[in-house]
Amino acid sequence: MIPAEVSDDEVRRRAIRRQAASIVAAVAPFGIVFGAAAATAGLDLWQAVGFSSLVFGGSSQFAAVEILGDGGSIASAAVAGLLLNVRSLAFGVIMAEALAGPWWKRATMSQLMIDESTAVGAAQDELRWRRYGYLVAGIGVFVVWNLTTIAGFVVFADAGDLITDLGLDAAGPAAFLALLWPRLALAAQRRTACAGALIAVVLIPFTPPGVPILASMLGVAVTRVWPPGDRERA
Amino acid sequence: MNAATAVLVVMTVGTYALKSAGPLVLGERTLPVRLRGIVDLLPAALLAALAIVSTVGDGQTIVIDARLVGLFVAGIALWRRAPFVVVILLASAATAITRLVS
Repeated sequence: MIPAEVSDDEVRRRAIRRQAASIVAAVAPFGIVFGAAAATAGLDLWQAVGFSSLVFGGSSQFAAVEILGDGGSIASAAVAGLLLNVRSLAFGVIMAEALAGPWWKRATMSQLMIDESTAVGAAQDELRWRRYGYLVAGIGVFVVWNLTTIAGFVVFADAGDLITDLGLDAAGPAAFLALLWPRLALAAQRRTACAGALIAVVLIPFTPPGVPILASMLGVAVTRVWPPGDRERA
Repeated sequence: MNAATAVLVVMTVGTYALKSAGPLVLGERTLPVRLRGIVDLLPAALLAALAIVSTVGDGQTIVIDARLVGLFVAGIALWRRAPFVVVILLASAATAITRLVS
């Protein structure tokens, strides 16, 4: 018997699903760490899952919970979280054309707008594949992110000692660094990162928790005052 | 309503507004170049600040402890192009071992 012909479209779909799968797998440990961080910060399980499903924005959830756990104010936690999601505005502009359709469809698909879904979507050349990549990665990450949030919360709730014994309090900083890393290839991004980190550290003793994170965005100004030279522009 | 719920509500509404603005409102128009440049740089400043503050911050005091070793090891792992999972595991292990021996 002749095996069923695999269409070009099916080959393409499989390739995109493979891309998405590796990204979804990479998200899982971070979800567990978020669940653990939420438990450590004193959140309820439903609040932790609320962040992962309703907000659905990795680093922003982390920032808000970190600041809350540190005794920061509601305003500083919410503003720091929202600032980290300002990039969704740019993602939305990049993906808008591929997410065309009736308003309720666009509204639903918008909830899946995160780094991973935009990355897989934007990597495709045709509009329909951009949409497919965005949806596959977005839905995959959404499901895994919420399941691992629950797992991390349940396993590590009331286990503050276990978190420090296993060194999991370093998982958050390492995750932030890992998210930052790809950006450091560009000189302007490197300078901004250094300036942001410096501003934040200097402010720790003088301001309420959360403010150093907010103030770090002033680090963007460094590229105005001290623009990268032509050779460094990479 | 406690603090975490308040933050959750504000962030849910705010984040959704940011996510849906492109597809729902802007459509196919693009951001002004200057604004786009700033939006593009913001995550670098914020992620760097988050990494360092969650490493050495403890409320309003600066505490240098085993977490710093973890961050350093994470940096080396990333430099050697280790995958995300490996970076997290190595950073955690380095921190745990540092605590064990100190």
